[in-house]
Amino acid sequence: MTIKEKERKIDELKLKINELKLIESNEKIDFTDQIQELNEKILEMEKRIVEEMTPWDRVLVSREQKRPTSIEYINEIFDDFIEFHGDRYFGDDKAIVGGIASLNGMNVTVVGEQKGTDTKDNIYRNFGMPSPEGYRKALRLMKQAEKFGRPIVTFVDTPGAFCGVTAEERGQGEAIARNLMEMAGLKVPVLTFIIGEGGSGGALAVAVSNKIYMLENSIYGVLSPEGFASILWKDGTRAQEAADVMKITANDLLALKVIDGIIEEPAGGAHKDFTFVADKIKDVMLRELKELQLLSQEELLNHRYERFRAFGKFE
Amino acid sequence: MPIGDLFKKNLKYIELHPQNEVDREERVEKEVPFIPDNLFIKCPSCGEKLYSEEVADNLNSCKHCEHHFRIGNVERLKMIADEGSFVEIDKNMKSINTLDYPGYLEKIAGYQKSSGITEAIVTGTCTIDNTKVVIGVMDSNFMMGSMGSVVGEKVTRAIEKAMSEKLPLIIFTASGGARMQEGIISLMQMAKTSSAIKRFSDAGGLYIAVITDPTTGGVTASFAMLGDIIIGEKGALIGFAGKRVIEQTIKQKLPDEFQTVEFLKEKGFIDTIVARKDMKALLSRILILHQEVQDDN
Repeated sequence: MTIKEKERKIDELKLKINELKLIESNEKIDFTDQIQELNEKILEMEKRIVEEMTPWDRVLVSREQKRPTSIEYINEIFDDFIEFHGDRYFGDDKAIVGGIASLNGMNVTVVGEQKGTDTKDNIYRNFGMPSPEGYRKALRLMKQAEKFGRPIVTFVDTPGAFCGVTAEERGQGEAIARNLMEMAGLKVPVLTFIIGEGGSGGALAVAVSNKIYMLENSIYGVLSPEGFASILWKDGTRAQEAADVMKITANDLLALKVIDGIIEEPAGGAHKDFTFVADKIKDVMLRELKELQLLSQEELLNHRYERFRAFGKFE
Repeated sequence: MPIGDLFKKNLKYIELHPQNEVDREERVEKEVPFIPDNLFIKCPSCGEKLYSEEVADNLNSCKHCEHHFRIGNVERLKMIADEGSFVEIDKNMKSINTLDYPGYLEKIAGYQKSSGITEAIVTGTCTIDNTKVVIGVMDSNFMMGSMGSVVGEKVTRAIEKAMSEKLPLIIFTASGGARMQEGIISLMQMAKTSSAIKRFSDAGGLYIAVITDPTTGGVTASFAMLGDIIIGEKGALIGFAGKRVIEQTIKQKLPDEFQTVEFLKEKGFIDTIVARKDMKALLSRILILHQEVQDDN
């Protein structure tokens, strides 16, 4: 049974409970025991969904059309978000949003990779696949944050950097490389939340950060499972199998120290209870920024440098 | 044989079955005629047939159109470093199977045998017309020059060495991108190397990136594009996404010059392009122009 099917079953049970409640009030029959039993069954099933989730299930949840996007979290978590546009060189990439905002009275710069919320919006947002001007806008805003001493919060949610002729012509590789290099030198705290898909260099280009948190059902990898299967096994349809070996889930990445913590989601995914997840993110954000702000500039830079310097095992 | 085959127009070559080197001597002894392996090659650029030994003597370039054949680290160092000046560092660093990917170590062992090097980059120090530099040469013969932990670490250590010894850094890039078998850890090498270049750059170090054929993916999106000076070797391929991936996405055939160093120079991302035979002289001139001028007063 896929997650969707399991969820459908839960929804059916919930409908049954409502029916029983209706009959209860209309016909004055007592169904308390039955309702109690059904509720227990639902809880049990929800627990099982979480426990039995395969990496591929999480890939599907991370790409779920209803999954909350960066701008939704930004509007929920911050006060007075003002969006700023453009890279000052070429244009304004809709696949990355950014600007300034207030977090419980603290001024911050926010950058988020932005997927669409429906098909039309997805086309407008280029399905969250940034072009070079998107990365350059992100860098411009991060440098602005550095100038005014504001901490930076970034949200990662992209299938990957845009693969197209225009992106190549305008230096996709250079834009990503520049972000990696310049983010390493930012003299303010940088905190990242991976909220959906963390697709390769396209994700990393806004995630050279002091601390990185991941929503439970997000993924982060060197390539999409489809791409991985097609490169290594010459068969893109073996994506499910690829997801199993790639170590792209939050738990795997925590063990590899790629991320610093996991943020819990309700059964079925973040879209089931958006404010619950947003609150959790906000709690972590407040706690981490408070801690990071205790560090001196030098300590901050060393902390970020050592974090990435440590990756890689060899003999 | 059907009679039509006798008049087949595309029947250009006689098919020969080359003998391997082992029984070559034996055949000489027995005075049996033989055809050695790969005596002639065809230039993929101009289509001229070339005598292999002549190509090797000509810096692995075509004498007609100057097409550069891909070369390994040994040939590259021979044409760039002053004779006998190269001293390798981290020679024996080897990959381990971080993600327990099935068959990875066997694959590595196979490439070590076929290429004679332990990983996809060789690093060290050498002199170029008597100027000492730290040099890294990626080798596409080793697993398509892909970047995993070892390549990332060797590049980072080379940067750190250049920084601590105040030497210029030159890296010849050639890579298919991140090494899939090391998953996310190979992605992290992009951040690791770029962070190290940031420190080196802030300290005033000179970094020259030389783009050779082919440079793509995670290497393009990290240290290949971060040189103070970026030189392209004539005709080399450079890009972020694979050409085939883009063609499949846009359902169109892309022109041959797309994603060459010439193309990216026109777009403003490459400082200059040079033929292989002029590479050392150009590097030498750039190095001299970065030396501190002695003030006679």
